[in-house]
Amino acid sequence: MGTAASATRVRGGVLAAVALGGVVGSLGRYAAGLALPHAAAEFPWATLLVNVTGSLAMGLLVAWLVVSPGAHPLARPFLGVGVLGGWTTYSAFAVDVVHLVDAGRGGVAFAYVAATFVLGVLAVAGGVATGSRVWRDESGLDESGQEAVGRDAS
Amino acid sequence: MALGGGAGAAARHLTNHWLRTRFGSTSSGGTLLVNVLGSVLLGLLAGAAVDGMWLALIGIGFCGAFTTFSTLALDLWSAIQEGRHRHALANALVSLTLGLGAAYLGFWLTG
Repeated sequence: MGTAASATRVRGGVLAAVALGGVVGSLGRYAAGLALPHAAAEFPWATLLVNVTGSLAMGLLVAWLVVSPGAHPLARPFLGVGVLGGWTTYSAFAVDVVHLVDAGRGGVAFAYVAATFVLGVLAVAGGVATGSRVWRDESGLDESGQEAVGRDAS
Repeated sequence: MALGGGAGAAARHLTNHWLRTRFGSTSSGGTLLVNVLGSVLLGLLAGAAVDGMWLALIGIGFCGAFTTFSTLALDLWSAIQEGRHRHALANALVSLTLGLGAAYLGFWLTG
């Protein structure tokens, strides 16, 4: 085994950073859910909020990572995989939709699905555009940095 | 809740890592698998009307953090950005169909 095995093994520090980030992100999502509670038949604003803001932050993060080759190696596992992965969620989104359909509110369910996907992708785009404008100017890198953005950032 | 969240994020990372090294899976493939698995589990809990500590630990904590939306949105945006529009559309449709289907299946099984 030797080198081949160790090259593909998950490092303990990375896993700890991911888990710690997951705790932070999940606590934030839980707080958002308490602040914006919704009944099963109502529009799930809290889940939409965490997913869209998390997508915006993910766009900012990848833009920052592109211009920050000296970033701490645990920055991406902690922030991207852990915090933002824990802050955003798909299971609550899916069960929200099931609850809405079950309550006979198919129109609201459709609007919720469309809003989540359209706003989520637009938020990533907005985050990357904003981040690369701000940090590219600071770092002096040119526009070509954008080509590398988004490649396996999480 | 926090315990479930930490475990969920770690399990997602391990699942992605395992798929990538064992099967050469892409980021999209790993995200799809965790989202479908987490959705069926939360659907099962919702159907059974689980609440209190178990909902907080397994539902909000573990399922919430095991599944993710930010990576999915990033993958969709990356594909669109690179001109792979059909890939983006297919990813969105498969994520929706399988994710919502999984949640409904769980909900139906225990409901």
